[in-house]
Amino acid sequence: MERLKVNLCGIPLDNPLIPASGTFGFGYEFAELYDINQLGTFSFKGTTREQRFGNPTPRIAECPGGMINAVGLQNPGVEKVISEELPRLKAVFHKPVMANVSGFSVREYAETCALLDREEQVGWLEVNISCPNVHGGGMSFGTDPASAAEVTRAVKNVTTKPVIMKLSPNVTDITAMAKACEDAGADGISLINTLQGMRISLLTRKPILANTMGGVSGPCVFPIALRMVYQVCRAVRIPVIGMGGISSAEDVLEMMMAGATAVEIGAANLRDPLACVRILDRLPQVMDQYGIGTLKELK
Amino acid sequence: MIRQTKMTVTENISIARDIFRLRLSGDTSGIERPGQFVNLQLEGLFLRRPISVCDWDSDTLTLIYKTVGKGTNQMSGLRPGAVLDLLSGLGNGYDTGLSGDHPLLLGGGVGVPPLYALAKQLIHEGKQVQAVLGFRTGADVFGAKELSALGVETTVTTEDGSLGQKGFVTDALPKEYSFFFACGPMPMLKAVWRACPTSGQLSLEERMGCGFGACMGCSIQTLSGPKRICREGPVFRKEDLPWNG
Repeated sequence: MERLKVNLCGIPLDNPLIPASGTFGFGYEFAELYDINQLGTFSFKGTTREQRFGNPTPRIAECPGGMINAVGLQNPGVEKVISEELPRLKAVFHKPVMANVSGFSVREYAETCALLDREEQVGWLEVNISCPNVHGGGMSFGTDPASAAEVTRAVKNVTTKPVIMKLSPNVTDITAMAKACEDAGADGISLINTLQGMRISLLTRKPILANTMGGVSGPCVFPIALRMVYQVCRAVRIPVIGMGGISSAEDVLEMMMAGATAVEIGAANLRDPLACVRILDRLPQVMDQYGIGTLKELK
Repeated sequence: MIRQTKMTVTENISIARDIFRLRLSGDTSGIERPGQFVNLQLEGLFLRRPISVCDWDSDTLTLIYKTVGKGTNQMSGLRPGAVLDLLSGLGNGYDTGLSGDHPLLLGGGVGVPPLYALAKQLIHEGKQVQAVLGFRTGADVFGAKELSALGVETTVTTEDGSLGQKGFVTDALPKEYSFFFACGPMPMLKAVWRACPTSGQLSLEERMGCGFGACMGCSIQTLSGPKRICREGPVFRKEDLPWNG
């Protein structure tokens, strides 16, 4: 449908809906339930250079209007993603996929991205900078503009694919982070990653998550995400993907009115595996309701 | 086969202390094996609640749950006629093909329910089934009569000896059995894992995000690599669990 089409960093999308990394695996669980080619694309499970088991369980807690996760980037490592996950994905998904990359050093980000750069199925590299920098005293790359810029430059050096830097909301000034990435050559920005939070069990008097703290997502973070997307869209010229608690067609339009070129949908997929197709089905109807001809006119 | 479906509550009654039996009518075609679970959406709660299947036929689903928190407390207030959105046919259930001719069922507390459908299937396959069900105290006991009625030789244990044999399920293991199927709290499963000399299958539990394999919220390490309790589990082979020492 022409009116839903958008363009993300030079690659056309049939619609702006992108399941967010960590809520969609490598797509197969959802492909059993619906044709995932209906989506704009999806961002696959956060991938690191080496395989990771992640954090001990419990990794999941609930909160009003959302959830908290501390999965800890469980993934099979980039080589297995390339040799096993991407060929399997090819059978069910025929569009360019967004590769989500994490790392614990600048070099690790660059090595992982260099390997994914060779993969034809990969359309964009989405670089998650919310992880701690093992060479930076454990401080997250995503909370220091200079570190974020360093990762951006290192990744841009090893790829010709569009590089989208995924920002952490756990900062004082989100626009400083976005501008640092843009100045370092990023082709796009996506935000927000999860907000740090925790829960304590009244029964055990201890934190519910084995990792003590985790990332909050779901409808409860939507207003915060929207505010940050709005700020970033006014601070940079590159395209912005808005995410954080989107769970309806109305939320999609609101996020695009804040300036987002496309949107990612995360926690909603876990509550309802058909969330993305339901939102997609309703989108034209809600656009009609508000007199929106095409999504491009919202830019 | 995962199915998203709407089912109607036909019964929701207390059957033991904090234990409720919920009967639903609707499409059960996603459920293929005993030991699978469903994930219920509840009004006002973001995450679904995973509950093991106790029994099912072509249009009826029976769940037995314990009220332990916000979600299950809310469930206990469901009235006949209420409609629930559920994901059905989740997880990999028990494999009766492994059982041999005289398997043993081991259930602890709210781990007992999935053993009911399992017993039905084993008996249907002509197997001679024994069961040991463990509870904290007499007021917690449920399911023993129903298993006996199927023809299962059933022993009950309570920790305080107020009903049945005093002790844990591992204190009442029969002398001989071909294979064991277990479901219960983690300390019980670990005790069973150590105590039972035969091969077996154990059903594990964990806090889940999605319940269908997308979020990696419930992963465990096994001897054949990381597995998701909701997807490759909840039932695992004894030999695959790295619980040595």
